[in-house]
Amino acid sequence: MSTRQMLVKGIVEVMRTVATRLPIDVYDALVEAREREENTVARRQLDAIIRNADLAATRSRPICQDTGMVYFFTKVGKDFPFLMDLRNVLVEATRESTFEIPLRPNAVDPVHERNSGDNTGRFMPWIDMELVKGDRMELTVLFKGGGSEYPSTLRMIPPIQGLRGVKRVVIDAMYNAGAMPCPPVIVGVGLAGGSDIAMKLAKRALLRSIGVRHPDEMVAKLEEEIMELVNRLEIGPHGFGGPTTALDVKVEYGHRHPASYAVGVTTNCWAVRRGMAEFRPDGSYTVLSRHIEGGE
Amino acid sequence: MAEYKITLPVDEEKIRELKVGDILYVTGTIVTARDEAHKKVLEAIESGETLPVGLEGLALYHCGPVVQKKEGEWVVIAAGPTTSTRMEDVEAEFIEKTHVRIVIGKGGMGRKTAEAARKYGAVYTVFTGGAAVLAADAVKRVAGVYWLDELGIPEAMWVFDVENFGPLVVTIDTTGKNFYAEAAERRKKVLEGMYRELGF
Repeated sequence: MSTRQMLVKGIVEVMRTVATRLPIDVYDALVEAREREENTVARRQLDAIIRNADLAATRSRPICQDTGMVYFFTKVGKDFPFLMDLRNVLVEATRESTFEIPLRPNAVDPVHERNSGDNTGRFMPWIDMELVKGDRMELTVLFKGGGSEYPSTLRMIPPIQGLRGVKRVVIDAMYNAGAMPCPPVIVGVGLAGGSDIAMKLAKRALLRSIGVRHPDEMVAKLEEEIMELVNRLEIGPHGFGGPTTALDVKVEYGHRHPASYAVGVTTNCWAVRRGMAEFRPDGSYTVLSRHIEGGE
Repeated sequence: MAEYKITLPVDEEKIRELKVGDILYVTGTIVTARDEAHKKVLEAIESGETLPVGLEGLALYHCGPVVQKKEGEWVVIAAGPTTSTRMEDVEAEFIEKTHVRIVIGKGGMGRKTAEAARKYGAVYTVFTGGAAVLAADAVKRVAGVYWLDELGIPEAMWVFDVENFGPLVVTIDTTGKNFYAEAAERRKKVLEGMYRELGF
């Protein structure tokens, strides 16, 4: 097997882990939520969610039938041998994963309304690339489901509103979302000057593990305050009420323009499909994220 | 809140006994349809064609499954529900024209669907979103698939034989009660309280 083939195969294996095994931080947060849940119907939802996660891991099956849109966030060393070929490598790995794992083909041409059949197409998979020193590649995979993309919101607020305005945008988005994004969710919030930057940061915010706060103290406090508000809405697991609407809230920010204040909000359903691995120049890799093992 | 085991096809009378909050497990034939298959079914009825499957008394499932063909047979790998509101515009007509008795999805549906459920005798139920392997486990056989080439796997109409498919929570019953709409009303007051706290 060539080094390139090994690399593609390695990425497919990482994608399989991501599609079939919940990250441990998410699983633990769900179990904790079930323990404090007093409402019977909501508890039944959490029971089903946890049982489903166990079954998926044990049988190596996708946790959810909506295996999402494929996002790759890469930090590529400038001396990584496949740097110039990386787009092709990631497209091939996506195609192979679609047939092997399998994933549901989710790439639809919005003009001609045809499904490409293999999760690839224009700007699909979406690849976010950052060039770094060294000869390795850090690859984060996110499968983003359609239901939890539905309530995504962008608002340009009057800068004078500041963080009050930010909070309002988030609670409005969550109120409007209701049960649609498959709560309990993780809420990603991006603050910036440009509309596109805010949305991008909101998505990137979803990559941080549950319980890990932003290093800036004020942002960390903002995350906790937003979380308290969101959970007071009592949407609960699949909209059946109770104290757990958000498992966590993550905020990322970039400097804004004096006159513009963009607030981006997106959510990740409880079925968080994210994982990270480091690939070496010889095509070998190490999975850096931790996932559940399964077992009934 | 009661729990019921229901065999499909089911008659209207039985459906009218069900109340919001009840939990169902269904056995029999369920048929998937998302946006595109809804359109197809309604177009077929409009032009007087016979549907590939008679839907009267059956359950309609908002689902785009992951399937695999093994030795010539379709195997369902993952089959959780999709967001139902996308079908809100057409569901009332779908219920009226096909006489499906149970609609299964996630996230809730609106006023028009609740009105059709009351008028024609149907319930809307929620299967735990994302619990796709649990759902696939209850599918015993793929009895057919229609419009596959044209619509692709997720949007095609799949016919599943299921056993104890659930838990399904009734959130719209035949009395016009809509759990999610009422919960949103209550939540609106909480939201308005938060606006005041934030100085809006």
